[in-house]
Amino acid sequence: MVERKIGWEPQGSHTLVGGEIQRVDGKVKASGQAKYTNDINTPGTLFAKLLTSPHAHAKLVLLNIEKAKGVKGVKSVLAIAKVGDEIQYEGWPIVAIAAERPEFAEDGLRAVEFKFEPLPHFVDGSDFKGAVEADVTVGGKPLKLTKSVGKSGQGDVEVALKEAKHVHRGTYGIHMITHMSMEPHGSHAAWDGENLNVALSTENVSGTSGQYVQPVGVDAMNVNIRCDFLGSGFGSKSTVDEWDVACAKLAKATGKPVRLMLSRTTEMQIGGNRPSAFAEVTVACDAEGNVTAWDSRHWGSNGLQGSIVDHDVTPYVFLPKTRQSVSTGIATNCSPERPWRAPHHPQACAYTQTALDDLAAKAGIDSLQFFQKNLNLTSLPHIYGPELEIAAKLIDWKGKWHPRGKGSGNGPVKRGVGVALHTWDGAANQSNVTLKVHSDGSVEVVTGSQDVGTGTRTCIAQVAADTFGVSMSTIKVSLGSNQFPKAGPSEGSSTIGGVTGPVRRTAQQALWKILDLVAAKYTVERTTLTARDGKVWLGEKEVCTWKQAATLVGPMGLELYGGPVTEDEGLTNHQVGGVQMAEVAVDTETGVIRIVKMVAVQDAGMIVNRLLARSQVYSGLIMGIAYSLSEERIMDNKTGRFINANLNDYKLPRIGDIGDLVVEFYEPESEYKRGVIGLSEPPVISTGAAISNAVANAVGVRVPVLPLTPKRVLDALKGAKG
Amino acid sequence: MKSFEYARPTTEAEAVEFLGENGIQAAILAGGTDLTSLLRAELVSPSRVVDLKQVPSLHQVTRLEGGVQIGALVTLADLATNPLLAGYPSLFDVVDGVRSIQVQGSGTIGGDLCHLPNCWYFRKGYGLLGQDNGVSLPETGDNRYHAIFGNEGAAKFVNASRFAPALIAWGAKVRIVGTSHKTTSRDRSGGSSVDAEWIPLEYFYVTPKTERQGNTILKPGQFVSHIWLPDANQITSATYEVLQMEGLDWPLAAASVCLDVDGGFVRGASIVMGHVAPTPWVAGDASRWLIGRQIDEDTAGVAADVAVSSAKPLSMNEYKVQIARTAVKRALLKATGQLDS
Repeated sequence: MVERKIGWEPQGSHTLVGGEIQRVDGKVKASGQAKYTNDINTPGTLFAKLLTSPHAHAKLVLLNIEKAKGVKGVKSVLAIAKVGDEIQYEGWPIVAIAAERPEFAEDGLRAVEFKFEPLPHFVDGSDFKGAVEADVTVGGKPLKLTKSVGKSGQGDVEVALKEAKHVHRGTYGIHMITHMSMEPHGSHAAWDGENLNVALSTENVSGTSGQYVQPVGVDAMNVNIRCDFLGSGFGSKSTVDEWDVACAKLAKATGKPVRLMLSRTTEMQIGGNRPSAFAEVTVACDAEGNVTAWDSRHWGSNGLQGSIVDHDVTPYVFLPKTRQSVSTGIATNCSPERPWRAPHHPQACAYTQTALDDLAAKAGIDSLQFFQKNLNLTSLPHIYGPELEIAAKLIDWKGKWHPRGKGSGNGPVKRGVGVALHTWDGAANQSNVTLKVHSDGSVEVVTGSQDVGTGTRTCIAQVAADTFGVSMSTIKVSLGSNQFPKAGPSEGSSTIGGVTGPVRRTAQQALWKILDLVAAKYTVERTTLTARDGKVWLGEKEVCTWKQAATLVGPMGLELYGGPVTEDEGLTNHQVGGVQMAEVAVDTETGVIRIVKMVAVQDAGMIVNRLLARSQVYSGLIMGIAYSLSEERIMDNKTGRFINANLNDYKLPRIGDIGDLVVEFYEPESEYKRGVIGLSEPPVISTGAAISNAVANAVGVRVPVLPLTPKRVLDALKGAKG
Repeated sequence: MKSFEYARPTTEAEAVEFLGENGIQAAILAGGTDLTSLLRAELVSPSRVVDLKQVPSLHQVTRLEGGVQIGALVTLADLATNPLLAGYPSLFDVVDGVRSIQVQGSGTIGGDLCHLPNCWYFRKGYGLLGQDNGVSLPETGDNRYHAIFGNEGAAKFVNASRFAPALIAWGAKVRIVGTSHKTTSRDRSGGSSVDAEWIPLEYFYVTPKTERQGNTILKPGQFVSHIWLPDANQITSATYEVLQMEGLDWPLAAASVCLDVDGGFVRGASIVMGHVAPTPWVAGDASRWLIGRQIDEDTAGVAADVAVSSAKPLSMNEYKVQIARTAVKRALLKATGQLDS
């Protein structure tokens, strides 16, 4: 008898789930056949461009769009800002113009008459003192105001510090970055009577139609959102933005389809912002290296809102019994924060685990042993413990670790290794699916989810095909429309769990119904039937083919609706742990750091697709290397502008910068049995701390602020020499 | 990008004609690496773009008067593979350092020499000097990539050319073509007669005191048609660029050297630094210090110290002094086969 229970098969029993399966849409993406929003060019499409503020803070005192309306090829001009508006950051949209050709739209923008009255600005979130002293007001309120002051803690830190054997004090930081999605934000909007059809570059297909209602004046039921392919968002594309609203309005005004994608510079200025974080940390341990106290004051900026990295992630992963932290958010004239892959975790990890590594050095303890010794202060010691052992072997920690700055070799290039740990919730989102088995045996799965690059289509097809025992080509997956069953946004590593759970459950239910029909027709015991290799089996005996079985559902097919998963079904879970180790080579005469090797050992519960999962971890490591070594949103104090908002000066790693990346999944039966847990965010979290710790190990000096540019490395080396 | 006329001459004479026409604001298109960015940012808005790619003489590398003449339109990729240039390894070091095969394939040596500064204030529209209401933004703002030499005046940017240090170290000359040059000699090229003049590349660059001066001696209507290098003979050479990134990136500082070494002792030396000043920066004192010495780790280090001894860093770029020093030291070691990796 085969037990009929919703859930995954025992580890090792799935045919496709857990395998190394290529993306089902890989070919159309690689060959350019996949249409991203920026590719949509329906007949008559007009091209829209934005005029934005070059000022970080200014009053708009003149705006005249009349001349622009008369420019050749210009079809509609829309003022987004109005005279008297207080412009609060560079890139603030002022006017949108739709024209027959992009260059006509640019001609139109040049014909707009405008004048700004510059106001004082403040853009440096690292400058706590400057923020206190700044004389900047926004809307009549001082911007210097620290917008959020938070405190948390337990125990008496003063006493703990006095009793400690080793106390370390240090200042750490990590600068603002921007999202750098390959495809910028934007949309293609077309009206068909009362219907507004939008191709939106979004991570939130099901959740965006309502956002058009008020600003555009349309009924939600008439808004059709599509996003078949997305050129990434990393958390920045869950909303309908003012430029999307402008696009829809321009389409209405002209009666033609309009496409408005942000330029690269504007994308960088206003399409995303990951907050900075800086911290003064005091951390202490006893003679054995057990961390006994944490005390931190941290600050930073997430742009105009002026909030700061959450308290609940400080200190990060390691929670000494006695601890306290005070945070101060600084409002700056920068575009507002948007969630960036594992919001706030990379920053908290960077200032916590570098400080702990410095404490280990002070106590004269091997960093790895120090972290291992203190795993009792984490919530996942049973995960981190074995992961650290695996990672240590993969990077040859024993062979490569040395006391700080004491590596072998007399040349200017010094090598070192570092370690850091992270955690993430990764619970499944609330997604619904419709699953239909046709009488010819083909299967359709429909959901309003999206593929943000993770491989949503592939994972759905894999789960359905695996459950029915058929090939993946038998499965058709449709997603990316708000006309499909509602699905949660792709935020917080929630999509694969969110969609595969309902698909698995619904496919199992459909399979059982079909097997019941087979059992009736062939007069066999229904609970003894299984489906695999395109056939239905009674033990090892073939009963019929899948196609023959499917005919039993009749010409209308079998259609089931699957609601969101709950964790008690056993299909999904939350909370994962991962560890990363870095080996770096630092040229002490130039300050240039090269990544030799990165090892990531990651728990993600049950892995659905090993190839795509590894891809996720690679991408986390690469983005982590970027913000660790070179990527920085450089805000110029003089002009208040994002001075490197172009791909020349905003330094992103290329293939030669990323070294050897080694990915290992920690998937023992205990974790496998928890089901699917999100994987996208975790691997980007501890990369910064691991690399920073490796650099400290190499050169014997902490380079306290990320990214670790040659300037910061050489300045730190010089500072250490005195 | 504003609309413009597109002209495609097939001879130098025709190019001069297209460029010099009255009332025309012309820009020259070679490989397009820089011009495209400048046009898109509307930092230049020419009424006519003159594309030199169809002028055959500009693509040639030929032997000429005790040296080699390189057409300004020769691409980086072609430069690296031309047998006539085999004796000039310091040029290949530059090609290697560019790393982007797209730029190597389309970028030209003439275009590189005329590449406008990457100073972010310039690229944001504050002009070559980066001034806002009379205040120098590079001086008072973020100058982490700016000049550490020759920055006493209004100009704080660094010269962007990757090849100029190597070419100047070799004693290169450039041929400037165009009608508005008044003291020209007659020259023949491509069957047509044009005004042209050869000048040492070292004197091609200027440190502007005012916005209108530009950063080269080129006047409207003129362009660089060729570069001439003396025979390499026994000279050894190398370029060392300090690059933060392995991909396409601008050097933080660079140095090119040419050495005449006889029996292990330096008879002649020429050291030129790049990306440290508004012009390529000739390190005369360091070059002279090396004469009569053997090059090793120690002497290369002292020469490098001498080369950077007069550096005057701005508020945020002191680290560049150390980087420039390293570039000089490593270029010397590289040229003499003493640099690992």
